[in-house]
Amino acid sequence: MSAETRLREKLMVALEPTRLDIINESELHAGHRSSPNTGESHFRILIVSPMFTGVSRVGRHRMVTDAIADELKGSIHALALSTYAPGEAVG
Amino acid sequence: MSEAAAHEAIKKTIESNDVVLFMKGTAKFPQCGFSAQVAQILNHLGVPYKDVNVLEDQGLREGIKSFTNWPTIPQLYVKGEFIGGCDIVREMFQAGELHDLIHQKGIAHTNHG
Repeated sequence: MSAETRLREKLMVALEPTRLDIINESELHAGHRSSPNTGESHFRILIVSPMFTGVSRVGRHRMVTDAIADELKGSIHALALSTYAPGEAVG
Repeated sequence: MSEAAAHEAIKKTIESNDVVLFMKGTAKFPQCGFSAQVAQILNHLGVPYKDVNVLEDQGLREGIKSFTNWPTIPQLYVKGEFIGGCDIVREMFQAGELHDLIHQKGIAHTNHG
């Protein structure tokens, strides 16, 4: 199973998102010094979830990183994260 | 550095400096794009900050993650309080909230825009 599939499954279960974009940006970083060059190292994730309503930015990020803690300890080297509750402008 | 020693050092650093950025590399020579972005934002606001290069000590690099319960670097602290990582700092900056926070905490800074 690819890292992207694992991330998607875990986030779908944990956060019940109404929108979940997972973009693998590993190729963009393949050259740089500390890149693991696995093709599954750098991800950008956008999540819209009703569970974020009334939760601070730090709280939202912790909900996401808790859900994918195993992946973050393993192959994933960098994660860019955008979190929105329904009704918030998606930037 | 052991985890306990790292936590002690981190605690001391965030208590004795108003603004602390735990980053990969230094303010002058960041070694990671995310760390560079936060450094650039703080420079733009003209707020003095203490940069801590986590690459210099593996214990510190892991210790900052467990200290905050936050798995990634960079990490920004203001007056001993964890503010966020790169995405959060950027969102707050773009919304004007980071400047407001610096201002409210009474930290001197040169750019009020």
